[in-house]
Formats: sequence, structure tokens, C-alpha cells
Amino acid sequence: MREKLVLVGNGMAGVRTLEELLKIAPDKYDITVFGAEPYGNYNRILLSPVLAGEKTIDDIMLNDEQWYKDNNISLIAGKEVTEIDRIKRKVYATAGVAAEYDRLLLATGSNPFIIPVPGNDLAGVISFRDINDVNSMLDSAKTYKHAVVIGGGLLGLEAANGLMKQGMHVTVVHLHNTLMERQLDSVAGSMLQKSLEDRGLKFLMASSTEAILGDSRVKGVRFKDGLEIATDLVVMAVGIRPNKTLAEKAGLYCERGVIVNDTMQTYDPRIYSVGECVQHRGVAYGLVAPLFEQAKVCANHLARLGYSRYEGSVTSTKLKVTGIDLFSAGDFLGDQDCENIVMKDAARGVYKRIVVKNNRIKGAVLYGDTVDGAWYFQLLRDQTDVSDFRQQLMFGQAHLGDSGHGGQNAAAVMSDDMEVCGCNGVCKGEITKAITSKGLFTLDDVRAHTKASSSCGSCTGLVEQILASTLGGDYSVASHVKPLCKCTEHTHDEVQTAIKQQKLTSIRSVMDYMDWKSPDGCASCRPALNYYLIAFWPEQAQDDPQSRFINERAHANIQKDGTFSVVPRMWGGVTTPNELRAIADVYEKFKLKEMKVTGGQRIDLFGAKKHDLPAIWADLNSAGMVSGHAYGKALRTVKTCVGKEWCRFGTQDSTALGIELERVTWGSWMPHKFKMAVSGCPRNCAEATIKDFGVVCVDSGYELHVGGNGGVKVRATDLLCKVSSEADVIEYCAAYTQLYRENAHYLERTAPWLERVGLSYVKQQIVENSENRKELHKRFMMSQQYSQKDPWAERATEGVQQHEFTPLKQVI
Amino acid sequence: MNDWIEVGSIDDIPILGSRVITTHLGDIAVFRNAKDEIFALNDRCPHKGGPLSQGLVHGRSVTCPLHNWVLGLENGQALAPDEGCTTAYPVKLHDNMVFISLQAR
Ligand code: SRM
Ligand SMILES: Cc1cc2nc3c(=O)[nH]c(=O)nc-3n(C[C@H](O)[C@H](O)[C@H](O)COP(=O)(O)OP(=O)(O)OC[C@H]3O[C@@H](n4cnc5c(N)ncnc54)[C@H](O)[C@@H]3O)c2cc1C
Ligand code: SF4
Ligand code: FES
Repeated sequence: MREKLVLVGNGMAGVRTLEELLKIAPDKYDITVFGAEPYGNYNRILLSPVLAGEKTIDDIMLNDEQWYKDNNISLIAGKEVTEIDRIKRKVYATAGVAAEYDRLLLATGSNPFIIPVPGNDLAGVISFRDINDVNSMLDSAKTYKHAVVIGGGLLGLEAANGLMKQGMHVTVVHLHNTLMERQLDSVAGSMLQKSLEDRGLKFLMASSTEAILGDSRVKGVRFKDGLEIATDLVVMAVGIRPNKTLAEKAGLYCERGVIVNDTMQTYDPRIYSVGECVQHRGVAYGLVAPLFEQAKVCANHLARLGYSRYEGSVTSTKLKVTGIDLFSAGDFLGDQDCENIVMKDAARGVYKRIVVKNNRIKGAVLYGDTVDGAWYFQLLRDQTDVSDFRQQLMFGQAHLGDSGHGGQNAAAVMSDDMEVCGCNGVCKGEITKAITSKGLFTLDDVRAHTKASSSCGSCTGLVEQILASTLGGDYSVASHVKPLCKCTEHTHDEVQTAIKQQKLTSIRSVMDYMDWKSPDGCASCRPALNYYLIAFWPEQAQDDPQSRFINERAHANIQKDGTFSVVPRMWGGVTTPNELRAIADVYEKFKLKEMKVTGGQRIDLFGAKKHDLPAIWADLNSAGMVSGHAYGKALRTVKTCVGKEWCRFGTQDSTALGIELERVTWGSWMPHKFKMAVSGCPRNCAEATIKDFGVVCVDSGYELHVGGNGGVKVRATDLLCKVSSEADVIEYCAAYTQLYRENAHYLERTAPWLERVGLSYVKQQIVENSENRKELHKRFMMSQQYSQKDPWAERATEGVQQHEFTPLKQVI
Repeated sequence: MNDWIEVGSIDDIPILGSRVITTHLGDIAVFRNAKDEIFALNDRCPHKGGPLSQGLVHGRSVTCPLHNWVLGLENGQALAPDEGCTTAYPVKLHDNMVFISLQAR
């Protein structure tokens, strides 16, 4: 017989826990849900846009009654649980309904705080918490003109904005001098106040309510300083209190909220609790992101997996008032040991403040330009050392590059029909619609449903902004706990460590050792594991072609029509008439469709049929050419300029050095593609300063540059060091490549890798520690013994992987 | 009644891999998974026609090589939230030999 699970509180945290539970243990429990509200589960966050007339109640339903039926959950809606009998393990609700439990989950949310002043129970005095409240506000707006909102925090301002949109004259009363003083400093607070005033809201700051006036319905409000204003509606939005009544009555230990431990258990081990009613390590949360993390942990324990822990959350907030861009996270005021990095451009309406302590971000307030909010938030949660890029911190991550969206960096001012994702043609309106109608909360959700930012990723910053301004916060999970993919709980780092320390040499052994959740992984983890294995154990590990993306399996680039392109290597961009003749011959013999000079100084042949590939390669091989790995997470090209042999400015033989570098490094598998260049002088015609490894020759030697990228997001290199001989260039290059190979996550190019680990780390490993450099160099050369075999020759003449290129059978 | 056509031995298809058979109906991809189960799908992804035979096989699914849709091998159905379906053909194994019927399910 299945165990019985009862959920009290049909809100966001409780139902999210059920969703997480159903994902991992769909058949474990018979589930009963009690909800005081007479509906399925809805997205409470979006009550604000409903009030503002931007959404309807139907838009914001997360799980309708059919969902409960489909999952065999009995929903008892419109009944409040009034008593828990912990000995009989039974809950009692209004109207005589009762249910027994083996496990009980309390998710009773919180109650709005009603200030204890005379008149607070008059008709027309309401709070802002549920559908009922929103409906009575909408009704009032139809017949009445004036409203007072008490409370200038997030909730109050969203209520005020909504009522104003419904045509009311709204005055916001706030106890403090600064709006949203728990999220904003005084500068940002007054900028916000100014722009809300411009829209038509009135403010009474530093005012304390003394009484609400009226006989049966509210007529006015009186303040401590004697001022009285007339009004037809009062909305109290001064704060919330965890709803612990039921728990307390049942004798569970409570303080401000229901006390739980890191597994979301109350003092009664059969009773769990999540959501706003909970107090965890002294903190009660009032935003959805941390509650969802709690839900995930709680589900893990309800499913008896028992390894997940909730350790508290850092939260970020956004105000959901259309057209206002505002972001706040962490400790934005700081203490006397903190430093402030501040930028204010009043004319543009932009203000940014970043609070830093010991080179780590403690908090941030952004107003007007919030495109880097998600980046700061990640640096804050990961407590990343920012010393290496502190000068650029204020200017942001240039998250967006300039491609695809014309430098657009403020989602708030975009209209619904403006394109956000240039790769997949997704407009802003489609994204907001998907977020509300499909109940999405994270970047991954949006990617899956709309495809926005799922290809090149350059619009990630914009999509994050749209998400945050629709939902009022950042729902991404801290990146250091981000699993490698959906098949595992483990991170890239954990997987790498296990492979190294446990000497795991096959994909099967990694999956077994690390308890993979799927039978044989997926298209994300298998290529990653295959790479790690051959990078760490070049001698022992067997390459697995079935775990490689088609391009690397077929050693050519797949095209949209299913044909392939072929790019032979041209060492350092230098070629010969003989090579060109062979390429031309191949083109004609195999009836190829196009030949093109690539951006990487070589020639691309398009339209090759898969079954012709081995024959094409055989012809190219016999003219001395090998694979250019244009398809691989591997060394691509080494771009060179003419150098001192011909050029009047050349200081060194950049062409020959480039060819030598390519000879040393070709064939090596990498976490991502890897490009190099050698320029003969600082005029830098080979563009060495946007390459993964670039050399700029100068009269006195060679400048070595690292971590450049010319793709989606352009990043100029950092100078690693200067060396004086070609031999040194080779040694440093090999050592750097090996460090990247051993250290980066799969699909992380050198630019983001360098930003993650820091230039100082790389310098310390390679420049400052010559012994370590020599070791890295040695390991690289050792692994090259196994990878410098031309894959084309192996397939063209040695019969490797023949089945890849021939049909199994022709059926007429 | 199915007309079963023999297409080759299971050993000719790599584990977690696929081979193509060419037919008057177009290319059909024949898959083999880690449990030696065999499946056959029209070799065209419902998204933009990507060759599914070139995808990565896992469990009872294949990931399309062009834009990473995941399709069920049994029924050719795209994994939610993507929507679409490609034709699945009946297959059977007999003494290690693979047979396919070109009458779609
Ligand atoms: C052929 C070529 C375009 C051309 O006609 O010139 C090309 C073609 C492709 N590039 Fe590129 N890139 C080519 C030079 C570049 C360059 C220029 C360069 O290398 O100097 C860049 C910017 C420099 C850089 O990478 O830092 C470039 C940045 C990209 C990116 C973005 C990478 C990034 O880190 O942001 C991608 C996407 C990816 O790799 O994920 C990409 C991906 C692709 C793919 C592989 C798309 C795909 O996955 O199918 C294209 C394959 C077409 C094919 O079948 O051949 N290509 N690509 C160039 C081949 C060079 C070569 O000889 O190997
Ligand atoms: C207008 C508004 C805007 C918001 N905006 C944001 C935002 O932008 N970003 C953000 O992160 N958060 C926002 N929040 C906060 C967010 O909605 C809450 O943090 C979240 O809903 C809390 O989830 P919960 O499950 O703990 O409580 P709830 O969602 O409140 O669910 C608790 C449920 O339990 C029911 N219940 C209580 N006691 C009993 C009982 N004894 N028996 C049966 N049922 C019971 C209640 O009726 C309620 O339905 C907003 C909240 C409001 C009201
Ligand atoms: S070659 Fe590069 S830039 Fe051109 S379409 Fe393909 S990926 Fe985009
Ligand atoms: S063609 Fe298959 S995913 Fe696009």
C-alpha cells in the first residue's frame, strides 16, 4: 500500500514541492491537498499584472483542476485545515472533512500584516494577497475614484501602479523617507519616486497612519501629524507574517515562523514545511526563488533519496512595474569595511551601485540599466574574487555583444514586437506570453519553450531581464551547484575530480560510479564525459564515436540539407599550387556545390555526400593534405601574417612560427574549439588579440596573449607575458593549452574559462611556476602522441569506422 | 499483414548508433540502443528535416543533430515542449537479423 502524503496549503511552494516529487518518485504517495482558496494553484506573483490589467486570472493559473486529476491527487479546495492530530496522524478541516497522513507537508504561506489602528476593519480596507483581494480592488476601481496605499515597498508600489492603471487617483503613504528601503538606497529610491510621480502617483513620505476614518465604509485616513486625506479605498501593504497558526496549535516548535532544519523537517519528523510560513536558520523568505529551492530539497527527502540539503538563499528583486528597470540583490548598503563602486548618469536615468568587500560582491542596486543584474547576482552568490576585472566591473559583462539586437540592452523599453533572439526569431511579446501562460520561472524553461537564447546565447542577458521583470526576481540556481546536465546531480568539477581521482576510464564506469539518473546519458553529458576521459587518460581511455556529435564522428561539418563540408588543413594559411590543384580536382570529381575561402585562412568545400567523404579524403591525402578539424572541439586554425620575410614592418618570422605552432598542437581534443594566430608586429594583421592563444611579435621577442574570442561575444585577450625565443613560445603555448584542457568545463571556451578562474591563476600556473609549466608541456606532448593521427587517412585508407559512411541496405 | 524485409545483422549497427536504409519512401534510420532494442524512423526530423540517423542515441530517444530536438524512437514523437512527429516503422529481430516493414505504424 502506498503511503499517504497530505499537503496543507495549495500555494506556490507546496505545489512546487509536489511537482518536484512527482518528477522523481511519481508513485510513492497517495496525495491529498487542502487549500483554503477555492481554486487550483495559481501564480501569486502575477497578481500585480492582473491588477494592472495586463493579464487575466486565467493567464496566471499554474495547475488547473485537471492537473490534480491527471496526477491522482485529491484536491480539497475551499476548505481550511483547522487542526492536526499528531498522534492519530490526521488533519481536520472545515465542514467536517478529515484526512490521515503518513507524511504531512505544511505550506500555509503568510498573512498580510494589518496595522492596529482604529478603523482597520471598515469596508474598503483590504490587503493585497490573493485573487479575492484583486477582485475587490478591481470592483472598487469601477465605482470609486480615490485610493490610498499604505506601504511603499514592492507590494505597495505594484498595488498603487495597478490601481492607477485602473483609473484611480492613488496616494502612496510610506513610513520611511526612501521607497523600497529594504531593496534600494536613497539615491535609487528617489529616482524611482521621481519616475512614479511622473506617471501620476502621489507620495506621502515619512508619514505614519493614526486612524482610518469612516462609518461603514472607509472615507479617509488620518496621520500622526494631523493631516487627513479623503479616500474610498485603503490597501494595506506593510508586510507579511508567516502563517504559523496551525503549526503552533499542533504544538510544533515555532518562532517567527515554523522552524525547520536543512531537510525542511519540522520538530516532528513526519511533518515537513516549506514556503513563507517557514523559518530556516533564522530567516523567513518572502520571494519565490528560495521557496522553490526549498521545494526541491523537500521533495528529495519525501522521495526518500535523502541527499539534498537546503542551506539558505541569497535573493534578488525586481519591481514589476512595466517600463521601470530596477534590480537589487544582497547587502546593498554595506558596512564600514565595504567599498562602493558607484555610477550615476541622471540624464540617462541610470544609477548603479556595487558593494564590494575583500574583492567580493556583497550587494548591488541597479536602476535604469539592469542588463548586468544576473551577472552581478551570480558573482555575488558564487562569491567570486573580482580583483582581476574590477576595473571593468561597473561597465558590465557586455553580456549582449552587439549581434542580433542592435545594442539593445534594456528590456523594459522594448515593445512586444521587437526581436530578442536573432537566431530563432523570437520577439519580446512571445517570451512574456510564454512565461505567464505556461508558468515558466527559469532561463532554462524559457529556452525550452520559446527557443529564445538557446542557440548562440548572445541574448541571454535580455531574456534574463524579461524573466526578472515579469516575475520580479532571478530564479536561476547558483551556478556552482549547477549539475552537468539533467542526467546527474553532479557538477562538471565533481565529475572531473572523480574521473581523475578514481581513475575512471570509460563512460560506463563514470555513470555507474556517480549514479547517473538516465540509462546512458544524453546528448549533453555523453560528449562531455567522452572528452574528459580522453583528456585525462589519453593512454587508457577509449574514444567513443557514439558519444560524439555527428561532426566529430564523421570528421566533417553537417549542413542544413544533410550534406557535409570539407576543410583541409592549410598550415598557417600557406598553400601551394599542388594543393590548390588537388582541391579543385576534388571539387569537380565529386560534383561539389561551392568552394569558399573561410575566415580562418583556408578553403571550405560544400555539398559533399556522406558516402563520398572517404574517397574525397583519399584524394586530398594523396596531395599531402590532412583534416583541418573545422568540425571539432579541437585546434582549428593558426592564422598568420606575412611577417618579416616580406613585410616591411615585420619583426619576426610570424608565418613560420604559426606553422610550427600548428604542427605542435593539431589533432588535440579540447573542451571547445581553439584558435591561434601569430602577427609579425603590433599592427596585428592576423588579429592575434581575439584568439584563444595569440602571439604578437615585437622587436625584442614575443608577446603571448590569451583568452580572446571573436564570436558571439567579442573579448580581447589578456597579456600573459613576454618571452624571448620561439622555443619559449612553443613551450608556453603547449602548457597553456594543456592547462585549459585539464581545467575548463566541456564547451567552455578560453574566454569564459579565463574569466571564471582569473588571469592571476593562469599566470601563477604557467608564468610564475616554471616547473609546473614544464610538467604541463610534457603532459600535452604525451597526449599528442595519441591524437596526432590524421582521422581522414584512418577512414580513407585504413578502414576505420566504415559503417559510418555506407547505407545498411538499399531497398527498392 | 506486414511484409517484412530483411535489412542486415544487428551487429552491423553500432550500439547507441544508427544506419540508414535507402527506400522508395526516402531514407529510413534504423537505430540500436544499449539494450539491443531496434527501432526505425523516417530519417527526417519533424522540425526542419534534420537527418536523425546522424543524431546521438540515448535510452529510447535520439537527439537530432541540427537543433537538438529529442525524439522518441518508438513512436517518432518529439519530447515536450517541442511538438512534432516523424513516421515510425515496425521492426523485428530474428536470429540477430533485423527486419523492417514499410507499412508505417
Ligand atoms: C566556414 C566558416 C565561415 C566562413 O565561411 O568563413 C565558419 C563556419 C561555421 N562556424 Fe564559425 N566559421 C568560420 C570562422 C569563424 C570565425 C573567424 C575566425 O576563426 O577567425 C569566428 C569568430 C572567431 C572566434 O571563434 O573567436 C567564428 C565563430 C563561430 C562561433 C562562435 C564561437 C564563440 O565562441 O562565440 C560558432 C558557434 C560555436 O562554435 O558554438 C561557429 C560555428 C560555425 C559552424 C561550425 C556552425 C555549425 O555548427 O554548423 C559553421 C560551420 C559551417 C561549415 O559547415 O563549414 N563559428 N567562426 C569559418 C571556418 C574557419 C575555418 O577555416 O575553420
Ligand atoms: C501581489 C503579490 C506580488 C508578489 N510578487 C512577487 C514577485 O514579484 N517575486 C517574488 O518572488 N515573489 C512575489 N510575491 C511573493 C510570492 O507570491 C510568495 O512568496 C509565494 O506565493 C509564497 O508561496 P507559499 O506557498 O509559501 O504561500 P502561498 O502562495 O500564499 O500559499 C499558501 C496557501 O495556503 C493556503 N492556506 C493557508 N493556511 C491554510 C490552511 N490552514 N488550510 C488550507 N489552506 C491554507 C492559503 O490560502 C494559500 O493559498 C508576491 C506576492 C504577492 C501577494
Ligand atoms: S557560418 Fe557562422 S556566422 Fe555564418 S550562419 Fe553559420 S554559424 Fe552563423
Ligand atoms: S531539424 Fe531536427 S532539431 Fe531542427
